[in-house]
Amino acid sequence: MRAVDGVDIRIGAGETVCVVGESGCGKTVTAMTVLKLIAMPPGKIVAGRILWRGRDLVPLDTDSMRKIRAREIGIVFQEPMTSLNPVFTVGEQIAEVLRLHEGLSRRAALDRATEMLRLVHIPNPQRRVHDYPHQFSGGMRQRVMIAMALACNPKLVIADEPTTALDVTIQAQILDLIAEMKERLGMAVMLITHAMGVVAEVAQRVVVMYAGKVVEEAPVGELFANPRHPYTQGLIRSIPRLDRAGAGKARLEAIPGTVPSLLAPPPGCRFAPRCRHATEACRAAEPPLREVAPGHKVACIL
Amino acid sequence: MAGSIPASATADGAPVPAAAAAQRPLVSPWAEAWRRFRKHRLAVVSAVILAFIILAVLFGPFIWTVPINEIDFRARLQGPSWDHPLGTDDLGQDLLARMLYGGRISLAVGFAAMLVAVLIGTTVGAVAGIASGPVDAALMWVTDLFLSLPELPLLLLVIYLFREPLRALVGPEMGIFILIVAVIGGFRWMPVARLVRAQFFSLREKEFVEAARALGASTPRLVVRHILPNALGPVIVAATIDIAAAIIAESTLSFLGLGFPPDVPTWGRLLYDAKDQLDYAPHWALFPGLAIFLTVLTINFVGDGLRDALDPRRVV
Amino acid sequence: MTQYLIRRLLIAIPSLLGISVILFTVLALAPGDPFEELATNPAVPPEVRLQLRASLGLDDPIHVRYIAWLTAMLRGEWGFSFVSRVDVDQLILQRLPTTLIVIGSSQIVALAIALPVGILAATRPYSLFDKIANTLAFVGFSLPTFFTGLLFILFFSIYLDWLPFVYRTEINATGFAWFWEHVKQTIMPVMVLGLFQGAAWTRFVRSAVLDVIRLDYVTTARAKGLPERVVITKHVVRNAMIPVVTLVALQMPIVFGGAIVTEQIFRVPGIGSLLISAILANDTPVIMAVTFVFACLVVFFNLVADILYGWLDPRISYR
Repeated sequence: MRAVDGVDIRIGAGETVCVVGESGCGKTVTAMTVLKLIAMPPGKIVAGRILWRGRDLVPLDTDSMRKIRAREIGIVFQEPMTSLNPVFTVGEQIAEVLRLHEGLSRRAALDRATEMLRLVHIPNPQRRVHDYPHQFSGGMRQRVMIAMALACNPKLVIADEPTTALDVTIQAQILDLIAEMKERLGMAVMLITHAMGVVAEVAQRVVVMYAGKVVEEAPVGELFANPRHPYTQGLIRSIPRLDRAGAGKARLEAIPGTVPSLLAPPPGCRFAPRCRHATEACRAAEPPLREVAPGHKVACIL
Repeated sequence: MAGSIPASATADGAPVPAAAAAQRPLVSPWAEAWRRFRKHRLAVVSAVILAFIILAVLFGPFIWTVPINEIDFRARLQGPSWDHPLGTDDLGQDLLARMLYGGRISLAVGFAAMLVAVLIGTTVGAVAGIASGPVDAALMWVTDLFLSLPELPLLLLVIYLFREPLRALVGPEMGIFILIVAVIGGFRWMPVARLVRAQFFSLREKEFVEAARALGASTPRLVVRHILPNALGPVIVAATIDIAAAIIAESTLSFLGLGFPPDVPTWGRLLYDAKDQLDYAPHWALFPGLAIFLTVLTINFVGDGLRDALDPRRVV
Repeated sequence: MTQYLIRRLLIAIPSLLGISVILFTVLALAPGDPFEELATNPAVPPEVRLQLRASLGLDDPIHVRYIAWLTAMLRGEWGFSFVSRVDVDQLILQRLPTTLIVIGSSQIVALAIALPVGILAATRPYSLFDKIANTLAFVGFSLPTFFTGLLFILFFSIYLDWLPFVYRTEINATGFAWFWEHVKQTIMPVMVLGLFQGAAWTRFVRSAVLDVIRLDYVTTARAKGLPERVVITKHVVRNAMIPVVTLVALQMPIVFGGAIVTEQIFRVPGIGSLLISAILANDTPVIMAVTFVFACLVVFFNLVADILYGWLDPRISYR
């Protein structure tokens, strides 16, 4: 089964790129593949390159790969409740990264961990650093995860749906925190999400994925002003909007159907079965990704 | 991984031909269980060997008609030969005949003790599951207590205290059989009780039970028709393992000289008699020992296969 | 943590009481008088028997008898062995260290097998190593200890003539030779028990590690750039040990059962073989006392497991 296929995402230094799409369309797999965190076997990179600062990560051996993880590319996962090890204090878990990559002593690493907790606005960091994950709420744990990902000052942070598992009010706080950290530390961010609203708020450039493929890519303003792919249009229409809700009768639109099974993807354009504009030509051949405006690419023949 | 992604049942009816075709036709749960069991090759092989052992002890004595207690001093402690395929013991008695006969007792004890354990366990688990509250707490405390009892010393104690009176009551063979079965079963019901109770708690709030209750089904009917059948899979697995454990327990008692009387040659008893002649007649100990080992091993493998087949979520 | 410890101790008391009630019930339900043999034993004069009956209050109501019996048990007044002609508590204290040494060393052997094999098998699920380890584990715990014991004697004592198969308390040697003789005669009983337990635990460890290894925080550990070895030994094993401790505690009664059998086979002078010989000699006070000691040992090890559990899992001790 090909979870992702022909995905080409570029992230410049200090840039924020959002990857959007419904659940099960390959966003997480893409993120995990960058750090080669997919279990192999059963997973496998069949072809392609992961270029990091001019170096291809695909042929890299485990040891060299380890030196990139956390030190150059940090990652924040979707589930803060399960992503922290329950038997170690959060301080130990943050300090572990620092001792590994920066060779700090136990004491110094713990001090830096306390600083990191302060940085991500965890109140009372000197005391909290000795607490276990179960003593933190979901939002606080996600802050700890962010502190851990940022501990070694990585050049890129991948955040894989960092707010999905959290309450709505906490979601905004975490997004603000990511934006603030980016501002202060100047790293690039690859934010994976299925919420178009989040995209509008934080992204500079947006990549829309569908069923393991990139279907559209554009700067954020261009994408919202001029979405070309029917799937992107559908995603944008599904954002609840206050100004439109006032009209009374406009209802939130959903895209009919679900993402197809990747075991047996439909022939031609993968979105065709759910697309209201689909023609015979769409089902016959897969449309290539083409540039329709500067920096705006779309995989649709329409 | 295969099949873990549901084929898209599209709301607007757009065709997704390839995915829909990949769906397997619906099969009954038992056929599905059999399909999974067959995949466990060691379990299938074990089932065949176990069936052979059971058939051998059931019908073997009709084919190999040498009496189990024919004493022949000229043929003492002989190794395997055509006359005595598994050799003889210190009285020149034929070991094959004795093992076939003794195997009946060993297996009968195993099955009977398992039935006792399942019966007690299901009752305790069901009562705890229906009652909940303080009754449940008390029963689970007793269950945990039994789990931490030193099984073998207590077995020995009970047998020591009750052996003579029961022997006087129903005769030496039947007395010890009842005693051993009751005691082994009485010390092995706890896992079943926990399984059944857990099943009650997980099923009680499920929709179909709610629905049955809303339709006016009485509690006993709910238990018998809806909850117990769902607990069946894990209980069958536990019961299988219990047979093996009971066979080992009986053999242990007999091996310690505290099980069946000398004229009932269960496999453990044969080992007990043989252990002092180990240097002259190793075959005497090896064959019954192998019989116990093979029976227990095949039952354990079958249990493992049944677990794959009936209770795929549990790992240990 | 202190609070947790106290709570576990308080929970251990009712279970010890519960076990004592079961023991006493068995004793009280037993038909006939446990002191019947004394009547027929010419070595015991009838006055002594009557005195014993009175001192034990055999004619009191049942709850009074239970409390009297329990206090006597707890104070170590376990009676007099009519066979060995010594006080039962002395007899047991003499034998207990040997049993504890044999059980203790066999548990170490079991751990030394189960931890590496179970972890290695779980990190390579369905590999050839895993399949072989799994099959051997099944063979290991399907082999009853009494049969393994006989096989060991047959092979190492009779065929190879390397190890003695009868345990001797008196060894006519000093210094290293004395120590070596002791090690030689302890190897077989320890290995028999250790291999049996090791086989069972290997499966526990494997399935526990397999459960933990696919959890999110293990991916987090990998994303930190930790070497796989550290990911497994630090992040996976520590968590996998939590359920294993519980399962091992549940196995303790079986361990003691196995100890009785091995002591009997190799004539190790521990409390297990004492129990068997007491049963064969109808020595009731000894039987009761040894069973009681075994029950206490099980409760004690459950307590140890609870403490370990609280130490391994911070979520428990803080609750």
